[in-house]
Parts: sequence; structure tokens; C-alpha cells
Amino acid sequence: MGRIVEINGPIVRLELPQTVIGEQVRVGALGLTGEVIGRDGDTALAQMYENTEGLRPGEAAEGLGHALSVELGPGLLNAIFDGVQRPLSAVRAKSGDRIARGVEVPALPRERRWAFRPQARHEAGTRLEGGDVLGTVQETASIEHRILVPPDVQGELLEIAPAGEYTVDETIARVRVRDGSVRKLSLSHRWPVRTPRPFRRRDHAVKPLITGQRILDTFYPLLKGGKAAIPGPFGAGKTMLQQQIARWCNAEIVIYVGCGERGNELTDVLEFMPELKDPHTGRPLMERTLLVANTSNMPVVAREASIYVGITIAEYFRDQGYDVVMVADSTSRWAEALREVAGRLGQMPVEEGYPAYLGSRLASFYERAGRVETLSGGHGSVTLIGAVSPPGGDFSEPVTSHTKEIIQTFWALSKELADARHYPAVDWLESFSGYVPSAAKWWAENVDPGWEAARSEALELLTESEELQRIVNLVGVEALSSEQRWTLEAAGLIKEGVLQQSATDEVDSFASPEKQYVLLDAMLQIRAQGMRLVKLGAPVRRLLQLPLLAQARRWKSQYPSEEMAALRAQIAEIPGIFERVALEYAERTVE
Amino acid sequence: MKNVEYRTATSVQGGLIVMGGVPGVAAGTRVSLRDHAGRLRNGLVIRVSDEAVLVEVFEGTEALDLERTWVRFLDEPFRLPLSRDIMGRIFNGAGQPRDGRPPIISAERRNINGEALNPAARAYPREFIQTGLAAIDGMNSLTRGQKLPIFSGGGLPHNRVAAQIVRQAKLLGEEASDFVVVFAAFGVSSTDARFFQESFEDSGVLNRVVMFLNLADEPVIERLLTPRAALTAAEYLAYDLDYHVLVVMTDMTAYAEALREVAVLRGDVPARKGYPGYLYSDLAEIYERAGRIRDRRGSITLIPVLSMPSDDITHPIPDLTGYITEGQIVLSRDLHNQGVYPPVAVLPSLSRLMKDGIGKNYTREDHPHVASQLFASYAKALEVRGLAAIIGAEELSEADRRFLEFADAFERRFIGQGEDEDRSVYETLNLAWDLLSMLPPEALIRVSEEELAKYHKWQAVP
Repeated sequence: MGRIVEINGPIVRLELPQTVIGEQVRVGALGLTGEVIGRDGDTALAQMYENTEGLRPGEAAEGLGHALSVELGPGLLNAIFDGVQRPLSAVRAKSGDRIARGVEVPALPRERRWAFRPQARHEAGTRLEGGDVLGTVQETASIEHRILVPPDVQGELLEIAPAGEYTVDETIARVRVRDGSVRKLSLSHRWPVRTPRPFRRRDHAVKPLITGQRILDTFYPLLKGGKAAIPGPFGAGKTMLQQQIARWCNAEIVIYVGCGERGNELTDVLEFMPELKDPHTGRPLMERTLLVANTSNMPVVAREASIYVGITIAEYFRDQGYDVVMVADSTSRWAEALREVAGRLGQMPVEEGYPAYLGSRLASFYERAGRVETLSGGHGSVTLIGAVSPPGGDFSEPVTSHTKEIIQTFWALSKELADARHYPAVDWLESFSGYVPSAAKWWAENVDPGWEAARSEALELLTESEELQRIVNLVGVEALSSEQRWTLEAAGLIKEGVLQQSATDEVDSFASPEKQYVLLDAMLQIRAQGMRLVKLGAPVRRLLQLPLLAQARRWKSQYPSEEMAALRAQIAEIPGIFERVALEYAERTVE
Repeated sequence: MKNVEYRTATSVQGGLIVMGGVPGVAAGTRVSLRDHAGRLRNGLVIRVSDEAVLVEVFEGTEALDLERTWVRFLDEPFRLPLSRDIMGRIFNGAGQPRDGRPPIISAERRNINGEALNPAARAYPREFIQTGLAAIDGMNSLTRGQKLPIFSGGGLPHNRVAAQIVRQAKLLGEEASDFVVVFAAFGVSSTDARFFQESFEDSGVLNRVVMFLNLADEPVIERLLTPRAALTAAEYLAYDLDYHVLVVMTDMTAYAEALREVAVLRGDVPARKGYPGYLYSDLAEIYERAGRIRDRRGSITLIPVLSMPSDDITHPIPDLTGYITEGQIVLSRDLHNQGVYPPVAVLPSLSRLMKDGIGKNYTREDHPHVASQLFASYAKALEVRGLAAIIGAEELSEADRRFLEFADAFERRFIGQGEDEDRSVYETLNLAWDLLSMLPPEALIRVSEEELAKYHKWQAVP
């Protein structure tokens, strides 16, 4: 038993001999929890997950003997946890609308019984390895929860429970481990959040993550198991884009970590998600979703922990063989929590007050993403999408610049686009993706062999139009040649008819890969047809009057992904439209 | 312990006093301090160890010495007494009356720091509040429970805009304003404070306003308490007495500067522009107290006003605020100089909660599309204006000239309105269609074809 020596905001100095770095502590009459982050002789420094107001020097402190860990088992999905995995709905039932300090609620429901079905091949004497599947629980209609042998357990199975209903605490198996002792296993186990869960080996990521967002999937693809960042100044639509990804992406599990962000945004997710259907399975989205929420007004140390709680749960589902997406909004708030604690500890700041270890912490966090062969031989992946909130929208600041070096897909949001209400405000010139070659293979096999060429053509067109726009801004549109004016118009078609996508429009909110390709291809056809006429000498002014140009911009919200045949029929008319213009023009020249 | 006076000060400097060897003092406890002249001051324990207690003195440490300073530790955090009687009253930043009337006596005394709201207990704001200002209602609308700051600059009429919102704000279908107002001013001049007071008096809402004032010449540390005291009062009114509370705070820049001043004294490591690394968390503690709670009637809608130093929106104070609040209303010096009131720069302005509070069941079915179209058309119009400035308006194409005219009309007629002009959202939307009708239908792709048919009044020029 130790005692409190000093209280300085969230940092508390304790007299606590023999404690280990990372150990959980409980201090004071209120029983606040925290973790040890430093030792100096018999005193230990601890950071507290809760507000320390009212603590006094001299009050008791004790080490809990384990590091910050999460409870993993059935009951995780559809839940909302705080930064140290307390279930917020249960906390509300216990302590009211406000989170009382020192309140303790276990992460998983204790009373609930789950229907467990053991694996048929297991019997007494079976050799078990860490990560093996003991049996399954149908947690939600769409997700089968595979009960895993904890990674640190291996040995001989002595007994396994028959199919039946069990709580997360009841023993479902007994295993004789290497030292001869017997370990009881239940439906759940704990894992320390700062230790990555083991796997057999890393695999190549091969399949794109389909988000239904055209600028992402078609232009800057991300693979399942990949790493992406979404940097953007405030008001650029970062959160909206992440919510769109969480809603529509074709992962099997989505973990949304609200780290130091707005309370109302989480409420939005909580209220909206249950009404939405997974476009890939038709089931309610909440059945595959899990939220970790540490809003900006909640204690800063728990904010730092929340990211690790999220990624550990993500790894757990990966180990069951699922494709998991974790969205972290925002990693900048996590970095700021790191900075705040470092500042309290008097550590030497390097850039903008951030501690020197910012880069390495970020890198090792993102390293927990990936597609792997699991311990039991299956395949699973964790895709990590981190939002970055650069101060003043300046991408050269430390968190953005470090992140940029680590990730493969960079979805840069632009204030200018957002101000013009061009959403999603993903800047097509600043963004990049290192996954295009792998994605191209998938698109060629599953959608259309022309994908890669169409994508490059569109990007070239956009870049060229940027140059032209600069000229227009200086000397006016009259200075351009007819061909250049048509190029500018075609770029406008791509921007408004393909890149812009309304999250609030029911039809436009999600676009299947096929729809994405069909729309892009249509705009490029219009471009090519028009360009042919312009080169033949048709006046560009006549072309710009074509009602087709306004119609094409509306297709995205007129044709849902299921009605591509109708859209293709529309597109089939494009050559005819231009043919008529050509004829009309030819007649006039004959006269 | 409450009744024991200690005279163990070991150092005193710039608003902070260190007391030696006082056992068992709780972090965050309130302190009463008596100086050599017998004058009482208030303070707060901000850091405590076995050997020393660091106390922040609200009224400053001017004229304190070590030998004749007596300190009592009151063994409780800063609390605000609350009752129905706070309505119509004026308090200082620490919650003591400054209107010459007796203090509030109540058994209900709440810690001004509040406790974090459980995100699972929040209800999502979706009731449209009509402010009567077209630039806000039409394009950046406010919802009940939202926090929507006004980003302004020195010399801009942010106070007049805020006062007009307070006078006109109402829910659709309601006759008169149903709001109770909590007004907190910190670091503002007495002129500004008087402007608000008179504005409330003139519109007859004074008996429904609770005011917390900490003027520019009053203690800086007390400034850190002012918004917290005001929000504690607002929470009481909203969640205990079921009122819809509109909280207006001005000026958040003065608050952040006070925070920086104290942080430097404490020796905290500075992050950006000398502001402490915890500025974001600290601002969030304030802003996030706005909102609605499930199964409760009342709500807190927060309009903080802040002046951007040198009109720089990337300065840490507006920047961090923008990351926490649900949008921002930005005032423009250009529009102001052109005589447009309210000078709302609609493009950098944003209301994040707008999408859920407007449209079919809330305002009118065309509202979302009209707003989006106004943004797009005005953005395009400004591009054209930029071009016209270079090549001259005569060189513009016919289509571009229409946009130029649209820009002017939009700024004068849509954004601009009288200080007493209270437009209904329907008037605002009809006005929007009048203006959009200056543009040809094919330039309007954000509205649907049905909406064009119904509302657009385009007459092709023969």
C-alpha cells in the first residue's frame, strides 16, 4: 500500500515501492484509476484517467498488478466504450447523465448468456495453441464471434464445455499448460493494450477497401490492411468523410474511435447508425460497429489510452479472421494528450512543444495495421484510417508531417474546396495513394479492365485544367483556345459529376464500384466526343449549350447503384447527341 | 481545517503564492486569503504536495507579503449558489453579486467545473432555431443545443450581431422568443458591457437574463472562472428548471489570453504562440457543456464570440475553437467596409448541424439544396469578380456578367439586412430564389429539376 505525495493536474506522484511502469493504480478516497509512467527510487509518477480535483497528499494508493488491458469477448459489438473501455450506457445507468469519478463498470455484460458452440474437432487431449478457435458465439445476426484461446496459452485440452448458454465469466474449457498447471478459459480474456497481439506472419494486402466514395475508391484507393490519413483544417469535412467510410465501407467490423472530438458527433453516430443498413449484407450497421469515445471534455490521459483500446479490439477481431477497419478521429488530439502529459513531466519539447518521441509513437501505432496470417492459420486485416487536425490547416506541422511519412494513402482535405461546398473536399492534387497498382488488378478483374487508364486520364485532365484555370484567372477565358476551353469544361464535369458526392443525398451517398466506373467513363466519353468535334472546328460555344452537360452532372443522384442498366442506356446516347451537333455544323458549313 | 489560518507563505509572485507545510490540502480547493490590511481575497489550490501548496490568487498578489498573509483552506471546490432568483441578476466572474443586491442564498451549490457529460446521455440537436438573419438561417443555420461561435475582429459589429440574435431567436411556430439568456462577458470594456445591458433592457428581456461580468480592468484570474460560472448557471436553468438557455460569451480571446498569462506564471511548457498545450482541452471543457440531454426538456445553445487577432483565422484561438465547435460564423472586414450589415462572410462560415435541422420536416423541402446552390453560385460569382478586377467587367462573357450582378445583389439584399429586420426562414428562402433567378437554370445543378420548375423565375433575355 502506498500514499499520494503530490498532485499536479492529471499527474500524481506516489510513494509506491516496487511498482512496474505501466501498472494500473487506484488512488485516493474516490478510487481514481491511472497508470504508472515513471519511477524514481520509491516514488512513482502516475497519470490519472480521471480528474484529480479533491485528491489530497497522504491519501492511499495501490498498485493493481496489471497493465491497462481490455476485456475481449462477446458483447463488444454494438457498444460504446470510453477511453479505458468502460461501457458508457452501463455507466449512465449507474451514475447518471454525467460520468461520476471512480465509477467501475466491467466492459462486457456479466449477466448475459451467450449460446456457445464448441468446435467439433476439439476433445480431451487435443493440443491447443494460442489463437486457436475454441468455438463460436453468434453475437449479432451478421457477426459470428469466434472464441479464441488467449495468445499466451498453449497446452493440452482437458475438457471443453458442451454447446449451451454461458456468461463471459463461466469456464468453458480447461487446459493443462506447459508448467503443468491448469488454466481455465472462458468466453472472454484480457489483453494489455500497449502490446500488439501476435500473429503468424504479415501478408500482402491485395483487396481494395470499397468505401463507396468515388474520390477515394477510384482516385486514391486504400487496401484492406492498409494505412491512411485524412488531414484537414476544421470545417473541411473530416468527420463527415470518416463517418461516410464507417457507414459504407465493405469491412466486416468497424471500430470508430472518437478521440478528443465533439460529443454531438458521437451522438450523431449513435442515433443514426441503428437506422442504417449495411449495403453489403443488408443488416443494421450497428451490428458490425463498435465505438470508443473520449470526447474533448473528458480527461486527457484516457484520451491517450483510447487509441490503444481501439486498436487492440481491432486486432482481436482480426485474429478471428475478419477484415476490420479502425477509424481514429483524431490522431492530433492523441498527440496533444501526449504533449500535455510530457509538458507536465517537464520533458524537453522539440517541435511545437511535442516530445521527441512523437514520431516513433505514431509509427509504432500505425504499424499495428496490416493484413496477417493469424495464429490459427486464417487471414484477417486491420485497416487504419487516422484523421489529422493540423493547426491552421498547415500540413507541415509535426503530427501531419510524421504521419505522412508512415502512411500509404493520403486523403488531403482542402479548405478552399470546402468553402465552395465541394464535398468531399479531398484535394486531388495533394492526395496520394501507394496502393494503385494492387488496386488496379482488382478493378480490372472485378469491374472493368479500363479502370487504370480511365483513372490516369481523369487525373491528367484535372492537372491540366488546374494550369488552364490559372491562366483564366489572370487573363480571362477568352484567352484560351477552343480545345482548352473544352478541356476546362470536361474537368468541370469530372469535378461536379464524379468527384463531388453528397453524403446527405440518399442515392449519391454510396456508389458501387460499377457506378463509380460507369460515371467516370461517361464523363471521359463526353470529353472525347466533344474534343473530336472541336478539333473538326465545331464552335465550343455550341457544345457548351448542350443540355447533356447539366444532365450528366445530375446522373450521380438520379441512378442508384442498382440501376446501372438505365444509366448505361443514357450513356449509350452520348455519341448520337454529338453526331447531331456534327451534322448540324456540317450542314451550316456546306451552306 | 476550514477555520485554521496559516501564515506559512514561502514565496509570492505574479498572482501565485506558495504555502509551505500544510498537511492534507485537497487539489482544487478554494482558499480565502487575508492580507496585512485585513482585505480578503479568493484563491484556488492548483498544485499540492507534502511540502508545498501552490495557490492562484484571483484578485492578484499586489501588495502581499510573506509575513502578514493569512490563508484559510476552505476544503471545497469553487461552487456557485443557484436558485430561481438568479434570473435578472448581475454577478462578477466568481459569481458574487455586482448589482448591489443581496447574494444568492441556496442549499444548491454546484462545482463550477461541472462533470463531463456522458456521450451516451446526449441527445442530438436537430430543432431549427430561427435567428431572423438570412445569412445564418438560410446558409448556416443554428439548432437548439449547438455551439456556434462568431469569429470576428477588432472594430467589427460582432456585439450587435450577437445582440440581434438574442433578441430574435425563436423556434419555428413560436410566437415570441422562448429563451432564457445567460450572458457572460470577460475582458471586455465597460462600454461593450453596457451596450448589451441596454440592448436587453430595450427588448424587454432583462428579467430573463443572467449576467456574469468580468471587465477589462478586473482580475485576470477571475476571467478563468467566468465562463465556467456562467455555464453552471446555464446547466441549472436548462436541466433543473427545463428552460431553453441561450448562452452568449464574449470575448473568448480575452479568456485564452488570461489562460496563457496564468500558464506562464505556473511555468507550463508553451506550445503554439506561447499558449499552453492544454488550451484545446481547456476550451473543450467550456464549449462541450452546450447540448441536449436525453429525456430532459431543457437545452443549452452556446454562441461564443471571439475576436481573431489580426483577423487571422489560423491563430490558435479561432483554430482550436473551430475544431471543437459545430461550425462558425465568420464576420468579414471587407463586407463591413462596404457597409453591409451583418457582414457575414458566408463561404468560410459553416454550421455542421445544419443538415439535420433543415429540410422537409423542419423548414422547407428545398432548403438544403437552395443553401448548397447559394454557396456554389456565390463562390463562382466571387471567382468572376476576381477576374473582372483584372481584365475589366467589359471583357467578361455574358454568362459571367450575370454572376457578377448576382454577387452584388446577393451581398446587398441577402446577406445585408436591417438591425431590426427579423426575416422568417420562408422569407429568406423566397429571397434566395429571387436571387438565384438572376442565373440561368442550367447554371443551377445543386437544386433538383422539380425545385427549378416550382421556384425558379428565370426569364430568358430575348
